[in-house]
Amino acid sequence: MPQVSMTVNGKPATGEIEGRTLLVEFLRESLHLTGTHVGCDTSQCGACVVHVDGRDVKACTIFAAECEGAEVTTIEGMAADDGTLNKVQQAFQDHHGLQCGFCTPGMVMTAAALLEKNPNPSEEEIRSYLQGNICRCTGYHNIVKAIMAAAGQDTSKIAAE
Amino acid sequence: MYAFDFERPKTLADAVKAMTDEDAVALSGGQTLIPSLKQRLAMPSKLVSLTGIDEIKGICVDDDGRVCIGAATIHADVAAQEYYPALAALASNVGDPAVRNRGTIGGSLANNDPSACYPAAALGSGAVIRTDKREIAADDYFTGMFETALEEGEIITEIKFPVPETAAYMKFEQPASRFALVGVFVAKYADGVRVAVTGASNEGVFRWSEAEAALGSDFSAGALDGLKLDGSNMISDVHGSGDYRAHIAKVMTKRAVEKAG
Amino acid sequence: MPKDGGIGDATKRREDVRFLSGTGNYTDDINVAGQAYVHFLRSDVAHGKITGLDTAAAEGMPGVLRIFTGKDFEGVGGIPCGWQVTDKHGEPMQEPAHPVLAQGKVRHVGDPIAAVVAETREQARDAAEAIEVDIEDLPAVMDMKAALEDGAPKVHDDLSSNLCFDWGFVEDNKAATDAAFESAAHVTTLELVNQRLVANPMEPRVAVGAYNRAGDDYTLYTTSQNPHVIRLLMGAFVLGIPEHKLTVIAPDVGGGFGSKIYHYAEEAFVTFAAKAMNRPVKWTSSRSEAFISDAQGRDHVTKIELALDAENNFTALRTETYANMGAYLSTFAPCVPTYLHGTLMAGNYKTPNIYVNVKAVFTNTVPVDAYRGAGRPEATYQIERVIDKAARELKVDPIALRRQNFITEFPYATPVAVEYDTGDYVATMDKLEEIADVKGFAARRAESEKNGKLRGFGVNCYIEACGIAPSALVGALGARAGLYDAATVRVNATGSISVMVGAHSHGQGHETAFPQVVAEMLGIDPGMIDIVHGDTSKIPFGMGTYGSRSLAVCGSAMVRATEKIINKAKKIAAHLMEASEADIEFKDGQFSVAGTDKSVAWGDVTLAAYVPHNYPLEEIEPGLEETAFYDPANFTYPSGAYACEVEVDPETGKVTVERFAAADDFGNIINPMIVDGQVHGGIGQGIGQALLEQCVYDESGQLLTGSYMDYAMPRADDVPFYAVDHSCQTPCTHNPLGVKGCGEAGAIGSPPSVVNAVIDALQSGGHTVTHIDMPVSPSRVWQAMQG
Repeated sequence: MPQVSMTVNGKPATGEIEGRTLLVEFLRESLHLTGTHVGCDTSQCGACVVHVDGRDVKACTIFAAECEGAEVTTIEGMAADDGTLNKVQQAFQDHHGLQCGFCTPGMVMTAAALLEKNPNPSEEEIRSYLQGNICRCTGYHNIVKAIMAAAGQDTSKIAAE
Repeated sequence: MYAFDFERPKTLADAVKAMTDEDAVALSGGQTLIPSLKQRLAMPSKLVSLTGIDEIKGICVDDDGRVCIGAATIHADVAAQEYYPALAALASNVGDPAVRNRGTIGGSLANNDPSACYPAAALGSGAVIRTDKREIAADDYFTGMFETALEEGEIITEIKFPVPETAAYMKFEQPASRFALVGVFVAKYADGVRVAVTGASNEGVFRWSEAEAALGSDFSAGALDGLKLDGSNMISDVHGSGDYRAHIAKVMTKRAVEKAG
Repeated sequence: MPKDGGIGDATKRREDVRFLSGTGNYTDDINVAGQAYVHFLRSDVAHGKITGLDTAAAEGMPGVLRIFTGKDFEGVGGIPCGWQVTDKHGEPMQEPAHPVLAQGKVRHVGDPIAAVVAETREQARDAAEAIEVDIEDLPAVMDMKAALEDGAPKVHDDLSSNLCFDWGFVEDNKAATDAAFESAAHVTTLELVNQRLVANPMEPRVAVGAYNRAGDDYTLYTTSQNPHVIRLLMGAFVLGIPEHKLTVIAPDVGGGFGSKIYHYAEEAFVTFAAKAMNRPVKWTSSRSEAFISDAQGRDHVTKIELALDAENNFTALRTETYANMGAYLSTFAPCVPTYLHGTLMAGNYKTPNIYVNVKAVFTNTVPVDAYRGAGRPEATYQIERVIDKAARELKVDPIALRRQNFITEFPYATPVAVEYDTGDYVATMDKLEEIADVKGFAARRAESEKNGKLRGFGVNCYIEACGIAPSALVGALGARAGLYDAATVRVNATGSISVMVGAHSHGQGHETAFPQVVAEMLGIDPGMIDIVHGDTSKIPFGMGTYGSRSLAVCGSAMVRATEKIINKAKKIAAHLMEASEADIEFKDGQFSVAGTDKSVAWGDVTLAAYVPHNYPLEEIEPGLEETAFYDPANFTYPSGAYACEVEVDPETGKVTVERFAAADDFGNIINPMIVDGQVHGGIGQGIGQALLEQCVYDESGQLLTGSYMDYAMPRADDVPFYAVDHSCQTPCTHNPLGVKGCGEAGAIGSPPSVVNAVIDALQSGGHTVTHIDMPVSPSRVWQAMQG
C-alpha cells in the first residue's frame, strides 16, 4: 500500500493509503483528527474545510495522495498550544456563532481563510465567501456577525441589537 | 469509490504515457470527478493526477495578445488575473471559494457540464483549446452535454482566449447547486459579437446566433427586444421549465450587454 | 443570586470550546475495537415485489463477514409506531408492519433489502453491488388523492386501502361550523401545498452496535435526540432486550430538527448484528443515503376556508387536509397532522367555530414525521395565508384584520380542545410594528421601484404548543408513551454538582443554560455545575428533546429536584446550627438562622452530607442526591408576530429577503443569547421552506432532489440579518420557571410572512396573483406573473 507524508498542524504525519483515500479519511481515520467532519458527498456543505498549503479546500474532495509534502492545517491546529482559542474561534464563542457544532470546524477554517485574504470584509463579502459552507442551526446571523467581530468591526448596530 | 491506482506525474509526457492504460482517467482539480467517483458513477482503473505538472499551470499573454491559461490553473488564479476581466469575474463566481482553490479551467472544459460557466467563456470568446495532440477551436470543441471533441486519453494543456473589446458574463444561479441555471457570456470583438449560453440547453453550451447578429449591428440591450429563444429544446427540471430558461437566457444576455457597456 | 451566570444572563456557551477546537465527540468519531462495517442494499424502485434475492456471489467477496436479509428478521419485531390515532368513526388507524429489512416487498426508494457486514466500508459496498435482486415493479402510489380512489394500487396489501385514518377535529364542531359558513357575509378559500422537506441536520445519522457476551448486554451509540426513547422502543418492541441489558448513548449530536427523534431500522440492525456476529458493527450514513432514509417532513395538501361576518369578524374556519405518511408509520407520524396541527387551528384568533379534517395517506415515499415545528407550521401557514388573502379580498389592512380578531382574554379555551394559559398578541404585534419599521416601508418600496424591483411587506402571527403534555391527556389521544421528563441533581461532597437530565442537547445549549437555573436557585457559581445527558446508563429516564420541551418539561424536573436538595440541605444545616428547620433561610449559597448571625456555607452542608460525623442520621439519610419526574399540567403556548420584506426582480422572478423581524413571547428567558440563536435558526429554516427547499419525487417514485445539487439548502447569502425581540413576556402559569419554549418558533412563524410579502410585492406591480405554493422559486414567480 502506498505511503503518504505531509505536515499536519506543524507535525510530520505519515501513513499508508489507498489511491482512493480522501484527505478527510486520512485525517479522521489514520491520524484520529476527528474535528474535520463529513456532512455531504457532493462537495457542498463545507464541514470538511481544511487549509492545504495555505488555501482553504474541501478535505472530502481531495485525495490524500495529492497532499504529499503539503502543509495541512485542521481545526485542531487553530488554537494555541495551551488551548487558547484564536480570534476567529473566540469570536464564534463570543457571538454564539455555533449551535450543534458540526459545521463549525469548516466555518472557522473558511472564515480564517477569508480574513487572511481580506482582513476587513463587508457583510456581503462574508456571506458570499460562505457559499460553500452550510449551517442548519444558526440561520447564519451569528456566524456572519462573529466573522465581522473577528475582523475587528463594530457589530453593535446589527439588526436586533 | 471503487479501488483504482493513483499516479501523479511531474511532466506532461509522463501523464500522456500514463493515460494510455485502459480505463485511465485524468484527474485535475477533481471537484466534479471525485463526487461522481463517490457515487460509483465511474470505475477508472487508474487516476492520473495532473495537479503536479507545472508546465500546464500558469497564465501569460502570447504574441497575438491572447491570454493563455494552463489547463491545470485553478479557478482562484484565473479569477486573480487582470488580462481578461470578464473571464476573471466569471472564475470568481464558479462554485465556492474552496472549490475555486482546487478546481481547474482544464478540468471544467474537459468535463463540459451543461451548467458549468467556463464553457460559456471559451465558446463566447472563440477560444482555442490546446491539447497534448492538437489545437481545437471552441466552436468545434463542445459537442453536447458532457461531450467534447477530446479523444480517449487526450489531455488539455492550455486554453487561449482572444481578448475582446468588452465582455461580460451573467449567471443566474440554480439555487441548490449554484451552477448556472442559465449563464450568458457576451463578448464584443472588432469583427463581431459572440454570445454563448450555458445551463439552458439539452445540447450543452451553444451560441445564440440571432443575438450575435443583432448585437453586431447595435451593441445595446434594446437590440435584443424582438428576439426570443425556443424553450422546447431547453432543460426542464424542478428548478425551471424550458420556457423559463429561454426567458432567463434573454434577460441574462441583456444584462451582460449592459454590464459590458 | 449570582451576579453572572444566573437566570436571564447571556452566558457564553461552555460547550463551544470543544466544538471550536475540534474535540467534540460525535457518533462517527466513536470507533469500538474490532468493529465491522455495514452497508445497506436499498431499493432503487419505489414499489415492487422481491421475487429473487441471491447473496451467494456477494458472500464470497473479499472482507465479507455476513449478509443479512429479511429472512434473518422474521422472528424479530418491526419498527413500532409510538402514536395511535382514532379516526372520526372511533376506529383505530390502519397500522402496517414495518420490518427492519424488507420482507417480500419494497415500498420506497431507499427501503433496505439486505445488509452486508464486512471488514471495511468499501468492501461492504462492493459486496452489496454483487447481491442479485429481482424486483417485479408495481405501480407507485404517489398522489395522495389518487391513492384513495377505489381500485388504486395499495402500498400495503394487508390493509384495506391506502388510508391510514380519516380524522375529524373536533367532530362535534362540524355541524355548527358548516352552519356558520352558510350564514357568512364573506368566505375566503385557499388551496395550498405545504411541501415535503428534508430536515438535513448537518451531521448524517450514525449507529454503532456493540455486544458483550460475558454480561449479555448491549451498547448502541446513535445520533439521537432521545436515547431513552430509543432504548424503550428498540428494547421492548423490536429486539426484546430488557432495559438493564441495553445502554443507548447519544453523544454530541450534530443537529436533529426532529429527524433524530425516531427509532430507525439501522439502529435495530447494528444492535442485532452485534450479537449475531459477536462483533461491533458500525453504520455511517452518507448524505445521499440520508435523503432516502431519514424521515422527512411536512407534505400536506390543504383546502382551507375562512368565514367572516359583515364586520370582518372571523366566524368559522374549516379545513380539509391530505397528510402524507410515506410508506410506513414513523415513530410519531400520526400525531403530527392531528394533535400537533388540529389543536393549533385557532391560531391567535377568537374564531368560534373550527372544524379540521385530516386524511392520512400511505404512499411509496420515504416516511414522513415531525420536522422542526411539526404540524404547527402547517397550521400557521394555512391560517395566516388565508387571513392575508381575506384581507386583500376585503381591501382591509392585514394587520388591522388580525388585531380585530385577536384573542385578548386569558385563559382562553379554543374550539379545538386546548386552553391557552397566557399571551399578549397585541403587545407582540405592537413590538413587531416597531422593530420591522412598518412606517418606513413606503419609502423603502419607492427606493426599490426606482431600481426596477417590486417590494412587498408581509406579516403573520403564530401560536405554538410546546412541551406536549400531560401524559394522561396524550395517552387518551393515542400516545404510547408518557411525556414527562426527569432529572437527578447529584451534589458531591465538596458542593460541586452533576445534573443528570433526560433532555438531550444537540445545539440547544443545555450544558450552559441548565446550570444557570440551578446556580440561580442555589446561589452558587454555575461553574460548579455540570450537565450530564445522552447516556441511558447515567441518567434516570427522559423523553428527550423535541417539540421545544426541554426547559419547560425537563427544566421543571430539574427545578423540582433542586428544591428537594434545598429542603434536605436545610435539614442538615438546621442540625449543624442546632436550630429549628423552620428558621433556616437559604440565600446566596449560605444557610442562616433567621434573626441570628449564625450561618453555614453550602460546602459545609454538602460535606456534612457525605462525612456525617455530626449528622441527624435518625431523621435523614446521608448523601445529597435527588431525582424528580415532572409531568406538566398543560402545553405551553409561545406566540408572536413576524414580518418579512422582500424584493422581487420582475424580469427573473427572483425573490430576495431584504428584512426580517420577529417579536416573540416565550415567557421567562433563561439565556437570551441562546434564545436569539434558536429564533435565528428557525427563521433560516423558514425562509428555506418559503423560498428554496422542496423534496420532489417523480411519478415513478424516484427522488429528484436527492442531494444538495438539487435540494436547495439556505446559504449565508440567501438570508439577511434578522431583527428579533423577546421583550414581551407573559410567563407560563403552570411550570415553575414560567418558560414556554423557543426552539421551533422561528420555523413556525416565518414562512407565511415571506409568502405574504411576495404576494404583496406582485400585487403592487399590478399582478393579480393571489397565491404561489412554496417554495416561491424564481420560476414559479415568473410563471405567476405571466398570468
